Amino acid sequence: MNELSSEPAPLRGYLRSDGRKGIRNVIAVAYLVECAHHVAREIVTRFGPRYDESDADAVAGDFDVANAHDEQPDVHLIGFPGCYPNAYAEKMLARIATHPNVGAVLFVSLGCESMNKHYLADLVRESGRPVEVLTIQETGGTRSTVMRGVDWVKRTRQALRAQGTVPMQLSELVVGTVCGGSDGTSGMTANPAVGRAFDALIERGATCVFEETGELVGCEYHMKSRAARPELGDAIVECVAKAARYYTIMGHGSFAVGNADGGLTTQEEKSRGAYAKSGASPIVGIVKPGDVPPTGGLYLLDVVPDGEPRFGFPNISDNAEIGELIACGCHLILFTTGRGSVVGSAVSPVIKVCANPDTYRKLSGDMDVDAGRILEGRGTLDELGSEVFDLTVDVANGARSKSEMLGHQEFILTYKAFEPVGPACLPIVPAAHAGGLQTERL
Amino acid sequence: MTTMTSPTFDPRLILLAPEDNCVIAATTLEAGTALAIDGETVVLATTIPLAHKLARRPLAVGEKVVRYGAPIGHVTASVARGEHLHMHNLVSDYLPTYTHDEGHSFVSHDKR
Repeated sequence: MNELSSEPAPLRGYLRSDGRKGIRNVIAVAYLVECAHHVAREIVTRFGPRYDESDADAVAGDFDVANAHDEQPDVHLIGFPGCYPNAYAEKMLARIATHPNVGAVLFVSLGCESMNKHYLADLVRESGRPVEVLTIQETGGTRSTVMRGVDWVKRTRQALRAQGTVPMQLSELVVGTVCGGSDGTSGMTANPAVGRAFDALIERGATCVFEETGELVGCEYHMKSRAARPELGDAIVECVAKAARYYTIMGHGSFAVGNADGGLTTQEEKSRGAYAKSGASPIVGIVKPGDVPPTGGLYLLDVVPDGEPRFGFPNISDNAEIGELIACGCHLILFTTGRGSVVGSAVSPVIKVCANPDTYRKLSGDMDVDAGRILEGRGTLDELGSEVFDLTVDVANGARSKSEMLGHQEFILTYKAFEPVGPACLPIVPAAHAGGLQTERL
Repeated sequence: MTTMTSPTFDPRLILLAPEDNCVIAATTLEAGTALAIDGETVVLATTIPLAHKLARRPLAVGEKVVRYGAPIGHVTASVARGEHLHMHNLVSDYLPTYTHDEGHSFVSHDKR
């Protein structure tokens, strides 16, 4: 790509104790079981925009100010619905609660659930972030917990407003990509445009992560040829084979009815198109949910559980894998869509790259980039790649994406089981460079 | 994406790789539309929606369909040049695809 913008404007980020910097400064309110969900939501709702019933155009979540850095910290709802314990779910909450975009965390516990709130709160406290745990059964029920939670969030917001930003390099940015609502256009327009943007980000030292091995079926040998080390190439092939076995046992691939309506016929066809999001850079490692990549470059996130299927379909909807990319440290997500997904995410902003020109016309209020115009001769892949790259930098600098402006803060977390990544999966990092990005095991 | 701009392909069709045996509709193509595919004029028997596939050349039962230079499954019936390639005549070599249509649905609706 020759026509990239010249040196992008320097970024600014919120410095955290592990050396990572956030592009947002979010207060996360996390329910630790479904029984605490309503109370947590009631706390968070107090900090959304006020509804004026006489204003027909008001949409919940419409922000008045277009730049996140000029506003009060957002308050986002996240959580885990399950009462049974699960190492994966605990690791996901631990990583998200200490994500560079998160400035403070309020945990809402019912009191009898299995999620280990003391462990999570200690981690957040040790990271230097304000943290509170409210246990409904101890605080005295819904009303008092909501009141105390609202009070804590108000005070914490004041404290976080005083927090300034520091200069941040593009090489400190971690960008993830997913596709959702794919159709026959996805692999021809939006996905390769994101691939171009990924290549440009990686050239500047950023870390980029792609995923969904269930949608890379048939692409494993091509990926092997891009692997930075031969043993990594073998690990990639096995990783995709694991996905193919898993989905065969489930009896259903990672494929929705709408994908077929939109022109995709087979899993391997969808995979070919999805694969284009990864661009052309060498693949330097495989990570699993909650592993923070230790270097810049392109990483594959293995989202398919290890061992026999115990908990059902992996990634039951798009926000499940967005959550996993966030747990790996992704500051923002490039989300390509043909049919028209409208989701955003809690914690990390989602940029929508629309692959289908008809979808863009119908849903332009929800789409950030019109990549489908390539099909109508109104743009080239290089131009779209540049546009995605430039928008990535703008959103990192505080500009709101469309889904952010509309208040989309989806979050979903389910049960999974993983073994740690094998030794072939990660680059060896010399001790002097290990810095704050350890891939610590819980 | 390489669009073959040679006069042998109608500009409303996209050939993604030279070795592909299918082409993609860049816009919805109504039944009865005449198009050039590899220099031959074909009249569409059915409407091909935007982003759906047509056969670039005749295909025999069991033949692999190639898109982006890679196999994406095989056809279950013989296919004429310009014919729509989709759920009714193309299946995966890996995993079945499901829709709401009769015979392709994952969740069955018992009529009892």
